[in-house]
Amino acid sequence: MKTDIILAGVGGQGILTIAAAIGFATLYEHKFSKQSEVHGMSQRGGAVLSHLRISDKPIASDLIPLGKADLILSVEPMEALRYLPFLTKNGWVVTNSVPFENISDYPSIGKIREEYDKLPNAVWIDAEQIAKECQSPKASNIVMLGAASEYLCFSFDSLKVGVEQVFKRKGTEVVEANILALEAGRKFSSKI
Amino acid sequence: MEQLVLLGAEAIAQGALDSGISGVYAYPGTPSTEITEYIQNNRYALEQGIHSQWSANEKTAMETALGMSYAGKRSIVCMKHVGLNVAADNFINSAITGVNGGLIVVVADDPSMHSSQNEQDSRFYADFALLPVLEPTTQQEAYDLVFAGFELSEKFSLPVMMRITTRLSHSRASVKRRVVKEQNGLKMPSDPRQFVLLPAIAKKRYRNLLGLQPALIQASEDSMFNQDYPGSDNSVGIIACGIAYNYVAENFPNGIPYPVLKISQYPAPVEKIRKLTQTCKQILVLEEGYPLIERSLTGILNYSPVPVHGRLDGTIPRDGELNPDIVATALGMETINGPAVPEFLANRPPSMCKGCGHIDTYNALLDAIKPFGTGRTFSDIGCYTLGALPPLEAINSCVDMGASVTMAKGAADAGLLPAVAVIGDSTFTHSGMTGLLDAINENSPITVIISDNETTGMTGGQTSAAHGRLESICLGLGVPPEHLKLIIPLKKNHDENVQVIAGELNHQGISVIISRRECIQTAIKHKKVQNS
Repeated sequence: MKTDIILAGVGGQGILTIAAAIGFATLYEHKFSKQSEVHGMSQRGGAVLSHLRISDKPIASDLIPLGKADLILSVEPMEALRYLPFLTKNGWVVTNSVPFENISDYPSIGKIREEYDKLPNAVWIDAEQIAKECQSPKASNIVMLGAASEYLCFSFDSLKVGVEQVFKRKGTEVVEANILALEAGRKFSSKI
Repeated sequence: MEQLVLLGAEAIAQGALDSGISGVYAYPGTPSTEITEYIQNNRYALEQGIHSQWSANEKTAMETALGMSYAGKRSIVCMKHVGLNVAADNFINSAITGVNGGLIVVVADDPSMHSSQNEQDSRFYADFALLPVLEPTTQQEAYDLVFAGFELSEKFSLPVMMRITTRLSHSRASVKRRVVKEQNGLKMPSDPRQFVLLPAIAKKRYRNLLGLQPALIQASEDSMFNQDYPGSDNSVGIIACGIAYNYVAENFPNGIPYPVLKISQYPAPVEKIRKLTQTCKQILVLEEGYPLIERSLTGILNYSPVPVHGRLDGTIPRDGELNPDIVATALGMETINGPAVPEFLANRPPSMCKGCGHIDTYNALLDAIKPFGTGRTFSDIGCYTLGALPPLEAINSCVDMGASVTMAKGAADAGLLPAVAVIGDSTFTHSGMTGLLDAINENSPITVIISDNETTGMTGGQTSAAHGRLESICLGLGVPPEHLKLIIPLKKNHDENVQVIAGELNHQGISVIISRRECIQTAIKHKKVQNS
């Protein structure tokens, strides 16, 4: 079993937190992982991309080859589209529907939405609304992780452990808020 | 032993701690910053009193590490590739002096220029300096090679370069630790003149370095990190350096059919390469960065006993980072693309944070400079370099650390008046102060704006070397007190700031304007700490 994930978004949107939670979950299940991150200049409001690879077997490359990603998980709707060439046949694209408009030529959201309608397997989710509904407004990135959880090669319980690990230093309240967000995200995508 | 999930950079840091270093010396620079930060945040390092404070620049870092080596202790010095340009004087000469305690120079190259102004390949520096290089393939190997590197360094009494690239530095994987080695004791060099590079001694030391080369090649031949893997199909032999090996392996999940020589230690293992060229019909060289091995194989006459493919003959793109698809294509394998990227997609370049003080500084400068016309603002390396992009388009140069001040002076010398330099506080202490001294000595008609956000912002908010002392440094260097101004870059101060800048632009001599407001990112962090 393997899952190759492209994580996409804009610098500052909490991609590294998603990656860290998945990383801890992977460790908890004693799986192999490689996780290529973006640090430095692009973190300043630019497009950011992380390659996350999980497998039962040793992994060679830190980068996912084109056409091999099982999942594109994006916290921003336009950013996911940038990495479509990485998507495998019948792979899933799970995206937050709320645009992050820090550029003047941001395309219309209708046009973006149309692209998702063309994909065989896409989840379009208003993560910010769901985060607000479960009283965890800051946890929209974890809502996204929950929404994508069905497409990962490890159990939901392990993912909960991962989220706990990431937030435990911030106290039980923060951990609980994020677990709620994770569950709400999962609930949303399981209805699709 | 303990398993940790570490970035490549962190694996090197942990390896250094476990091999008994007494100090790390560095100036922050992507993708090398995390090595030093890991040691700064490590409890064991703190308990052991291992030095980890930032240096003013890469040159001072390299020299200090060499001083620690003189005293018999182990140290690492870390920098990004262009940082080695700054440290090059000491680096090249440290090959002549040699070392006493083990010394590893960790250089993180940035092919594809993710966060850099070029993609120079540091292996060429080591080749030039006649020093060994270690180039890890995985995070585990990065950890293990630190141990091997210190042994190599102390065996040959030479500094050793460890070369990594962005991809390995910023990718996380599991690493198994080894038994921790104790620090070396204080020990003087056995030859009291080893570090005295007077010509008579330097000549002897240089011959010693030349004499060591065959043994260094032999060490590469014997190195367990330079592995030759047999293959059933000898139509191609592959030389894969560092992480390039991973991209070959990725394409053959059931085993690589071709003979492969993986190189992670230089100088290149000559016999191993010879064997590959004798048994294979052609050679494909895969190296991250410039074609070092490939060029050595074919030479200026472009001749070799078997055809050699790589970056020089176009089999691999001449620039940019490698990946599994580039390697697949080079091996004649098909790559499968997912759906195409929609054409309407907009680029999203990095930008300064909302509320950043640099923005207000630029807005004031742009208004003040209007009467003179644009095209006269020289800038530097940092977040404020993003001021080159729309909507500000406020600067006209970004070349190397400190070049804003000196290029402005050169342009003013040529008659471009007024000329302006915009430099950050950390860049100013890194390499701007000496250029300012030149300008002061000639009372050059330039206006230097130090955009002081009180931190090293671009790399994540590290301590700025002269925090709180910029005014006294400028006055000490000789800036006339009446032309040293302080402004606070806030919207509400805009008109006042424009006036101050305009006033100094009209001054026919040297001026420094310090535009000071804390980085918005570190301000948020400080607020959080205060509240908790």
